Amino acid sequence: MHPAPSVILFTTLSGLGFGLLAFLGLGLPDVSGWVAFVFFAIAFGLAVGGLLASTFHLGHPERAWKAFSQWRTSWLSREGCSAVAALILMGIYAIGVIFMDQRWGLLGWLGAALSLFTVFTTSMIYAQLKTIPRWNMNLTPAMFLSFSLAGGALLAGQNTTAIVLLLIAGAVQLAYWKQGDTALANSGTNIGTATGLGSRGKVRAFEPPHTGSNYLLREFVHVVGRKHAAKLRMLALGFGFVLPLALLLVPMHDVVIKHLLALLAVIAHLIGIATSRWLFFAQAEHVVGLYYGKR
Amino acid sequence: MTQLPQSTDRKMGLVIDLDTCVGCHACVISCKGWNTENYGAPLSDQNPYGADPSGTFLNRVHSYEVQPPEGHAQLIHFPKSCLHCEDAPCVTVCPTGASYKRSEDGIVLVNESDCIGCGLCAWACPYGARELDLAEGVMKKCTLCVDRIYNDNLPEVDRVPSCVRTCPAGARHFGDLGDPDSEVSQLVAERGGMDLMPEMGTKPVNKYLPPRPKDRIEDQTDILAPLLAPVAEEPKGFIAWLDKALEKL
Repeated sequence: MHPAPSVILFTTLSGLGFGLLAFLGLGLPDVSGWVAFVFFAIAFGLAVGGLLASTFHLGHPERAWKAFSQWRTSWLSREGCSAVAALILMGIYAIGVIFMDQRWGLLGWLGAALSLFTVFTTSMIYAQLKTIPRWNMNLTPAMFLSFSLAGGALLAGQNTTAIVLLLIAGAVQLAYWKQGDTALANSGTNIGTATGLGSRGKVRAFEPPHTGSNYLLREFVHVVGRKHAAKLRMLALGFGFVLPLALLLVPMHDVVIKHLLALLAVIAHLIGIATSRWLFFAQAEHVVGLYYGKR
Repeated sequence: MTQLPQSTDRKMGLVIDLDTCVGCHACVISCKGWNTENYGAPLSDQNPYGADPSGTFLNRVHSYEVQPPEGHAQLIHFPKSCLHCEDAPCVTVCPTGASYKRSEDGIVLVNESDCIGCGLCAWACPYGARELDLAEGVMKKCTLCVDRIYNDNLPEVDRVPSCVRTCPAGARHFGDLGDPDSEVSQLVAERGGMDLMPEMGTKPVNKYLPPRPKDRIEDQTDILAPLLAPVAEEPKGFIAWLDKALEKL
C-alpha cells in the first residue's frame, strides 16, 4: 500500500492523543488548573491535529461531514462519530477539571472508553479488509490499542504503568510482524484464484493492461523501501520501545532531569511508532497486485 | 445507504468468455469513450502525451500465460471490470453512503456528489475495479452502462453496455444472471462459468467462462503420416563417420 504521510501522521498522532485522553479521563494523573490545561492541550492537539491531517488525503474534504452518516456499516464512519463524541465528552470533562476543580468521574470514564473505542474503530478500518491479508488479523486492533495505551501512559507520566504497557506493546508488535509475514501466503489467494486459471497450470502475468502506470499500481502496489524493511523494523523497535523503556528505568531523583528524560522517551516513542506505521502501510500487500504479477 | 439490499430483483451483469477474447482492447476504448462523455465526471487522463501517461479506466484487459504441467503454454486475454458483487465490500465500507447497490437490478454505483474521495472502497475491492479520478477527486467504476441499458432514446440493439456492443469477437455477454433461464445463465451453466477469488466471499455477479481445452496435433494425425516417419534411425556411411568424428572432437 502507498504509505500516505497524512494517514501515517493521523494514526500515529491521534492514537497517542486518544491514549492520553483515556488516562486523563481515568484521573491519571489527578491534576487540575494549569497543569491539567497543559495535559489536555497536548491530548486535544494530538487527537484533533491527527484528525485534521486525515482529511488531507481526501478528494473532497469539504464533504467530510457526510462521513458521519453510515455508522451502521462503515468503520470509517464509526470512527468519525466516535472521535467527535469522545472529544465532546472529554472537552466537558476538561472544563470541569481545569476551571472548576471538579472531577466528574462517570463522564471521565465514558470519555476514556470512547477515546479507546475511537482507536479501535481506526484499527478496524484496516483490520476489516480481506483484500489485505497482513491487516486482516486480530493482531491489528491489538497493535493499535496497545500502542495507544503505552503512548498515553508515557505522556501521562504513569511510569510504572508505561513500563508494563511498553513491554506488552513491543511484544504485540513482534507478534504482528511474525504473523503478518506469512499472512498473504496463508490467505489462499494467489494469481491462480485471482484469474480462476490456477487449476489449469502455472499462471504468469504476461502483459499488463497498459504500458503506463495507474491509480491501482500507485495506491496498492508500493514496493519502494521494502528492501530496508528489516532495518526499519529494528529502528521502530529501538525507538518505539527499547529506548523509552531504558529512559524510564534510569534511576534519577532530580525532577528536572526526570522530566527531560520523559520528554526524550516520548519523542523516541513517537519516532518509533511513526516508523512502525510507515511499515504497516508500505509492507501491506493488496491482492489486486496479483493481477499485475506484483506479489 | 451503504447497507446492502437483502436481495435484488434481478442480477444484471456480464459474462466474459476467456476462450473467445482476442485481447484487442476494443472494449477498453469504447468503455472509456462512452463513460467519459455520459454518466458522471469524465474519465480524466494525466499527462496523456507525455513521458509517463496514466488515466482512469473502468475496464482493463490483462494477458496471462498459463503453463500446464504437460503441453504448450497458453495465452489468455483477461478483461476485468466491476463484477457487481452480491456481497460488495466496497459498498459497506463507504462512510458517506455514496456507494450503493441497487435493489432493482443489483448494479453497484457511486453517487459522485456524496463521494469524499477517501479511497476506502477501492481498498476493499479485491479486483481493482474502482479507480479514483485524479482530476475530479471522486471514485469511478463500471456502471454497467446504466445510461445505455434503459435508454429509450437508443435503438434497442444499443441498449447493452458499451463494451458488449463493441466486442468484435462476441466474447462479452450481458443479461440477468439471477434468472436461471436467461441466455447468460445458460451459457454459464453450459461452459462452467467461474467466480474470481471466490475465497473473498464477495459473490461476484459477473462470471468468467474458462478457455476450452486446445486441440492437440497428436489427436488428428493424417493417414499418410506413417509414410513420413524418419527412415533411418541410426546414421550410416559418411553421416555416421561425421557423427563419430564430431563427437570425438
